[in-house]
Amino acid sequence: MSASSLFQHDAKNATANLPRRSFIRTALAGYMGKRKAAQDYFQDWQGARQAASEIKYEGVNHLDRYLEEFTRNAEARGTKIFWASNSEQARAYILELCRQKGVQSIVKSKTMTSEEIHLNEALEKEGYHVVESDLGEFIMQLRHETPYHFVLPCMHLRRDEISATFEKTLKSAPTRDPEELTAIARRFMRQEFCRADLGISGANFLVAETGMISITENEGNARLTTALPKIHVALVGIEKVLPKLEDLALFLPMLSATGTAQTLTGYNSLYGGPRQPVEIDGPEEFHVILLDNHRTRLLADPEQRDALHCIRCGACLNVCPIFKNVGGHTYGTTYQGPIGSVITPHLRGLQDWKHLSGASSLCGACTETCPVKIDLHHHLLQNRRNAVAARPVWWEKLLFQGFSFVMRRPALYRLAGKLAPLGFALRKPIGNTPLDPLRPWTATREFPAPPPRTFQEIWKDRGQNKPIV
Amino acid sequence: MAFPKSDSAAILARIREALRLSAPAPSVEAPPDVQSRRRWLPKAGPDYSEQIALFSSQTEVLKAGFLRFPSLDAARQQLAAWAREEKWDRIATHSHPLTDGLLDGSEVPRFQVAPGYDKQELEKCPVGLTACEALVAQTGSVLVSAASSGGRTLSILPPHHIVIATRDQLVPDLTAAFARVRAAYGAQLPGFLSFITGPSRTGDIERILVLGAHGPKRLSIFLIE
Amino acid sequence: MKVSLFVPCFVDQFFPQAAVSMVEVLERLGHQVDYPPGQTCCGQPPFNSGYWDEARAVAERTLRVFRDAEVVVGGSGSCATMFKVFYPELFHHTPLETEAKALAAKTYEFSEFLVHKLGVTDVGARFEGKVTFHDGCHGLRELKLKQEPRKLLRQVRGLELIEMGEAETCCGFGGAFAVKFPAISTAMDEVKCNSIAETGADYVVSGDSSCLMQITGYLQRHQRPVKGLHLAEILASR
Repeated sequence: MSASSLFQHDAKNATANLPRRSFIRTALAGYMGKRKAAQDYFQDWQGARQAASEIKYEGVNHLDRYLEEFTRNAEARGTKIFWASNSEQARAYILELCRQKGVQSIVKSKTMTSEEIHLNEALEKEGYHVVESDLGEFIMQLRHETPYHFVLPCMHLRRDEISATFEKTLKSAPTRDPEELTAIARRFMRQEFCRADLGISGANFLVAETGMISITENEGNARLTTALPKIHVALVGIEKVLPKLEDLALFLPMLSATGTAQTLTGYNSLYGGPRQPVEIDGPEEFHVILLDNHRTRLLADPEQRDALHCIRCGACLNVCPIFKNVGGHTYGTTYQGPIGSVITPHLRGLQDWKHLSGASSLCGACTETCPVKIDLHHHLLQNRRNAVAARPVWWEKLLFQGFSFVMRRPALYRLAGKLAPLGFALRKPIGNTPLDPLRPWTATREFPAPPPRTFQEIWKDRGQNKPIV
Repeated sequence: MAFPKSDSAAILARIREALRLSAPAPSVEAPPDVQSRRRWLPKAGPDYSEQIALFSSQTEVLKAGFLRFPSLDAARQQLAAWAREEKWDRIATHSHPLTDGLLDGSEVPRFQVAPGYDKQELEKCPVGLTACEALVAQTGSVLVSAASSGGRTLSILPPHHIVIATRDQLVPDLTAAFARVRAAYGAQLPGFLSFITGPSRTGDIERILVLGAHGPKRLSIFLIE
Repeated sequence: MKVSLFVPCFVDQFFPQAAVSMVEVLERLGHQVDYPPGQTCCGQPPFNSGYWDEARAVAERTLRVFRDAEVVVGGSGSCATMFKVFYPELFHHTPLETEAKALAAKTYEFSEFLVHKLGVTDVGARFEGKVTFHDGCHGLRELKLKQEPRKLLRQVRGLELIEMGEAETCCGFGGAFAVKFPAISTAMDEVKCNSIAETGADYVVSGDSSCLMQITGYLQRHQRPVKGLHLAEILASR
């Protein structure tokens, strides 16, 4: 099945699941309330958004300079930087590192880039023990499912479903208490943190000026993942640059406000190198893998380049009516929601993934909420235009050429209008059957009957002094 | 077997090629400087009394304990009371004037982190006591670092993290916190810094707040004024 | 003032009463309404599906039709958006760019025209009933219209305006989206209609007939008593 057909199939099933949709909507309604408070805490949220978009513009539009600066500063303190053009190179580096260092057990903190390069499968295939330490990611790993939302990986699950997963895989006692469920995961993970030979993380930002990565989290699992094991590998998209350390004073509160509706997330940590000689503890080795994986393709599109400004807060998902009704798994790819629909065609192929840009009513709620002012909904439109320019769908092309032909000839348009009631009458016997061209509409909604007169006819009659009403 | 070659040349070439076309800028002006950004960010309070009030209300919302002491001795007494009530078998800590001062005369056994310490032993400690770089009023945060707070693990592994700070360490906002770190360390910034904002938490289970996910379930901030 | 009216193709064909009401209101306020002949469509259907060449061909004609207009009122939020926001883009780097920008500058959405161009909020209307307002996405987010329709509705005698929780949430029409992704479109429609039901309103009102078609389509299929009306129809009521 093509990705597009799969999407339609999954969307149909997801929208039919009323309890799940209701659950998601309730969760996100709670977020919206808290989000407004977090935003109102700023003295000028719109001013902050504008500043954030300008800083990201500076970083992305001088990406080569800032990546080189980051590399220089990081390497000066013993960090090993590996530039990976694609998934294969990134995976190969990590696998070789594991081989050379005799790694057996690996603990991970949340990193969507590792999902993007299908790292876990590659590691498990080679026999490495890999555990996701973020609670939501851990639950999804135990269920053999991908994250539902790149910030809130198991937001769709009820507590009894989580308990069932723990009972099945960890042999824990059933419980409906969130505290007990969290404690089960905490106890399990403590030992994983202590025994792991390698910790793999992502990063929210690459600070060019100081050669540091910045990681934002609430649980503390990233801090443990990166402090306890002897080796720390961070897998980071090249677009994550921020020019200066102080830029974080703006970005950390904004990421918290839009991502999880908090004043500041629980732990915002900066890592500048492996353990330095003066330090008491810390990893002996620190590697940062800078991942391209087609981001340069997006960079090369000046119209959509600002999609690389994304700080992966997930706010666009949280306000998107499509996401709310079909859920994260329906997208079938690493990045869901509006940002996912914008960038996936660039990262994974326009013709195969254009349907994600099509599956939107272009309502614009995403653009309105984005903390760095990415023109998301217009990019969806541009993807549609680009897909058509590269490969028009033959019957659509014919249809719109016909549409254009008629609409440029008022007499033809009026004729088409006159034929409409006839069309409706003819439609009656095949109404709502597979033969009915209006079926996608009429299966679930009434279609209006044509009125006695069109506006043009009313206006004409008026001109001839016939009644307007 | 060998490591794949780092592809910096190819990636940089692609970046430079891509950037030959310019993208429309969000504004004709240069990005605003650090100081002027403060006018959009949350307020921090102009003086100590407002900042301490802000820090206090923030930590309350975060469910972090914030205790003010007129003297180190008063703080010692609080610590001793807790140690008795909660039956601490030991306190994990690092060597620092403030932590040494706070534990002076305490009978509770100490687990002192020093290079080469046993992780499993640290894992068993009920309490971790550290100093810090700064307290941030704007967000109710504690800034720790590898240099000032006993490394990277002490403040995150034991289930109860106690931080000791003095009044001069209270700064209004994140911008001021960065400035303070720069002033203290110059070009040699610590290899690890972390803004800790409340105890460890998760909302992964039905968006219900649970404290103590993987990091400390309890955070107590001792301010010696 | 001579006001040139653009009546979207589907309003002409399916919801002429909305346009008729606009004429009534504008004439009641003392203005002359001009309906340039030969107008058909703004070009949004091919535009939204990515067929910009075909959209441009239709838009070019529409540009000519309104070339001499003093001021243009677009009969729906989405068509006004097409003129104001997307025509300059569609004709960017073409000989018609200046003309497209000129049309954009002189086009208004209906509520925008009344409140901002004419400075009027009370049009002397009377309408007894509980009304809730649906914000069409184009009007709300592209044209930044939120208070304008509400200011007008609050001046209508006898009308009780109740806000729905999901007023700003997309109804799920989105043009071809409604038939290309019908399951999702209907789910969004369901959310909107449930929110309307929660208000206890008898009428749902919008500046966009296409949204109303989507919303009333669901309401009628589910035999809900709520009726849909264009903002102009309310304002034309006496």
